[in-house]
Amino acid sequence: MEEVPQGCPGTGSAQAGRGASCQGCPNQRLCASGAGAAPDPAIEEIKEKLKTVKHKILVLSGKGGVGKSTFSAHLAHGLAEDENTQVALLDIDICGPSIPKMMGLEGEQVHQSGSGWSPVFLEDNLGVMSVGFLLSSPDDAVIWRGPKKNGMIKQFLRDVDWGEVDYLIVDTPPGTSDEHLSAVQYLSAAHVDGAVIITTPQEVSLQDVRKEISFCHKVKLPIIGVVENMSVFVCPKCKKESQIFPPTTGGAEVLCQDLKIPLLGKVPLDPHIAGAKVDARTQTGRDEACAPAWVGALGQEDPTVCPWEEAGKAQQTRGRCRGKRTGWNPHLVRVVTKDSLF
Amino acid sequence: MEAAAAGSQQPLGSSTTCGPRVSELTEAGNLAGVQHIILVLSGKGGVGKSTISTELALALRHAGKKCGRPASLQVGILDVDLCGPSIPRMLRAQGRAVHQCDGGWVPVYVDQEQSICLMSVGFLLENPDEAVVWRGPKKNALIKQFVSDVAWGQLDYLVVDTPPGTSDEHMATVDALRPYGPLGALVVTTPQAVSVGDVRRELTFCRKTGLRVLGVVENMSGFICPHCAALCPWTQSSLRA
Repeated sequence: MEEVPQGCPGTGSAQAGRGASCQGCPNQRLCASGAGAAPDPAIEEIKEKLKTVKHKILVLSGKGGVGKSTFSAHLAHGLAEDENTQVALLDIDICGPSIPKMMGLEGEQVHQSGSGWSPVFLEDNLGVMSVGFLLSSPDDAVIWRGPKKNGMIKQFLRDVDWGEVDYLIVDTPPGTSDEHLSAVQYLSAAHVDGAVIITTPQEVSLQDVRKEISFCHKVKLPIIGVVENMSVFVCPKCKKESQIFPPTTGGAEVLCQDLKIPLLGKVPLDPHIAGAKVDARTQTGRDEACAPAWVGALGQEDPTVCPWEEAGKAQQTRGRCRGKRTGWNPHLVRVVTKDSLF
Repeated sequence: MEAAAAGSQQPLGSSTTCGPRVSELTEAGNLAGVQHIILVLSGKGGVGKSTISTELALALRHAGKKCGRPASLQVGILDVDLCGPSIPRMLRAQGRAVHQCDGGWVPVYVDQEQSICLMSVGFLLENPDEAVVWRGPKKNALIKQFVSDVAWGQLDYLVVDTPPGTSDEHMATVDALRPYGPLGALVVTTPQAVSVGDVRRELTFCRKTGLRVLGVVENMSGFICPHCAALCPWTQSSLRA
């Protein structure tokens, strides 16, 4: 992928191909002809490719470090607890790909087949794709400008052979920039169910989340709801709760009330979750507890029922979502109680 | 920092900084009066870059008085996190207006003594909840303006707060600051392995762009439970790995 000039006005700009900074750019003629402003044919290609994917969910947050990747990893793991549910996890955080480490898949490589790139499978029904698998060393920095990142995201959506998938979860970097615009643009014809927005309780996080919500409205991306992470800290010694990130302006609960967006749930800050790798292969009790806590936060009681459809019908009781009560997953019963959710 | 507080004048682009020296024959830019530039970086989001940038700026301001200078040090903060500008709120400066002078935009002074000034995209938004939905080139252009078109004046330190990652904002910031010879970068992390992994990538970015690393700060090392006073580690620290 060619690097673009530093002063590139953008391919969609009226100055595309005509500005002073366009001189010498290999794409200058293309932009000046107006072809750069035409819809990208990849959008239709991606629509076709993702026809086998039933539900697509973006995990967003304006703020960094609130637990997007952790949430995405645990949600994927929790949904894949049912062997009949095919789950795919796509990490489009190009500069800071955390998913391979969180899924215990560091060092794995992507293989190519006739039908495209093969995702790395953690389980038979849980496939993962990330730029982290394409780096020769975990210390390699991906120092790319926007257009190159966009190209990578296009390849992830168009060239990865996901197969028949029930849920595609897309983990994103913080902010409202190239990666988010590209993901929304390339998925525009493929019907995205919506976005789950992660936040922590403090106002400095909420102010970025309001921007993210504004972004979703601007690009017409439905919002499934908000998850408040790190709501309280549970001391591993005395088991009492403390607020590390005080909700001085009411936390996600007030934000959701003001903006009329569902609060899907609140999850405590658990050092075990912060440090645990979600690795189904280890099958430790600690790892098993983590994933259900996340999925339980969404009231995902029956994996065959799309939680996003239920979110609209869910009633909230003290921050806990209750959806349709059919066929509790036995793992979830243990943790989805009034004590675990707030 | 002690030497700087004692008032020694380190020339711009000295041997302790990276990049070419500013030629005396070229027109001095708006950063010509800034003695030291420190970038605060992290590959990872949410580790406390903005908090540490703010605390560092406040600490540097007080360092002047501690070392017997009659006045505080003059410190500027440049917030180049265009999508998530946190510094105005941290310094209780939300909603302040940016004025213009002959030299360009006037940075917003956040204290009565006018010893800390700040420039952030947060001051340029009509609505604080408005999202800055820009692709790379537009972000690059604004960052260049923040460096060249803000009348920073005479500053002892300029602390540059950055968003997480190693992308457009970081490349634009390093390129724009290179003629002024930044002192170096402070890299912030938390103990978790995923954070340290991103920091390793950030250190690679610093090496590739010729940015000197002043050091690494491990934030949120642990939490003292207010009920039982136990020191609870966030997770097992991976920093020594």
